[in-house]
Amino acid sequence: MLTIAGRKFRSRLFGGTGKFSSPEVMKEALAASGCEMVTVALRRVDLDNPDDDIMRVLDRDRYLFLPNTSGARDAGEAIRLAKLARASGGGEWLKLEVTPDPRTLLPDPIETLKATEELVKEGFKVLPYINADPILALRLQDVGAVAVMPLGSPIGTNQGVLTRFQIEIIIAQAQVPVIVDAGLGAPSHVAEAMEMGADAVLVNTAIAVAGDPVRMARAFAMAVEAGRIAYEAGLGAVSKDAAPSSPDDGLGFLR
Amino acid sequence: MKVFCNGEAQEIAPGTRVAEYLSQLGLDASSVVVECDGKILTREEYGSHALQDGSVLELIRFVGGG
Repeated sequence: MLTIAGRKFRSRLFGGTGKFSSPEVMKEALAASGCEMVTVALRRVDLDNPDDDIMRVLDRDRYLFLPNTSGARDAGEAIRLAKLARASGGGEWLKLEVTPDPRTLLPDPIETLKATEELVKEGFKVLPYINADPILALRLQDVGAVAVMPLGSPIGTNQGVLTRFQIEIIIAQAQVPVIVDAGLGAPSHVAEAMEMGADAVLVNTAIAVAGDPVRMARAFAMAVEAGRIAYEAGLGAVSKDAAPSSPDDGLGFLR
Repeated sequence: MKVFCNGEAQEIAPGTRVAEYLSQLGLDASSVVVECDGKILTREEYGSHALQDGSVLELIRFVGGG
């Protein structure tokens, strides 16, 4: 079973709560995904819609909240968002995102490391969203990150695991859980990440924007499980040369 | 007197406390975190913290995100 910072998770699929067409669809899709941890963001209250409150539909007993610091462009903004999340009753868990470039939404490694150090001292359980950089993953682990969240491809792009080579190294080296996050656009993508030995994956866009988000959530859950079982079962070695699956012997009658 | 709430100037009665203000806006206090002049208030402070003329308020809540 997956354990992060002493907490056990039966499901290795974590869900996002953005981009759904309605709160009801989100609720049903999250239920179908079987996930136990969901990300949420922090934004200004829309004073014209005081009742527009996601907390009305999300069951806190069912889901562990993982507030993110999306929108932060540097460590200072991320720390401010983290403190607001904690004051909002978000708990100590935090997906740290520092993305200064709105075009790529790629994370700033230096600000992410600075913010992680500070937030760990403040008592947060920090899960930093990072580019798939094995050295950075180790540095974050050293300063107390409880997991690392390397990206498969940029946020919201559905391009899958473009960072395979680096993620393999991160998985081989990290002592903390590795959660592949961002860009996982199809069940086959999460199966690939799980077959590689990722401890978990986080999916938001691909489920939220699907034609049928509830069925897609189910498909992702199945793919995560299949990929994990395949990893534990041990995949066969990859080879350039063909090797017959049927016996070479016993063909004398043909010639 | 005037306060600035989420970037908008708003006219409120002198002595209004945060809890009253949230209620006037139709907001459930348990779903909102309040930053007043750069300082995050605890929920326990909502009932006692009186807004000042020119106070800058940020009312923040959880929304869907990935």
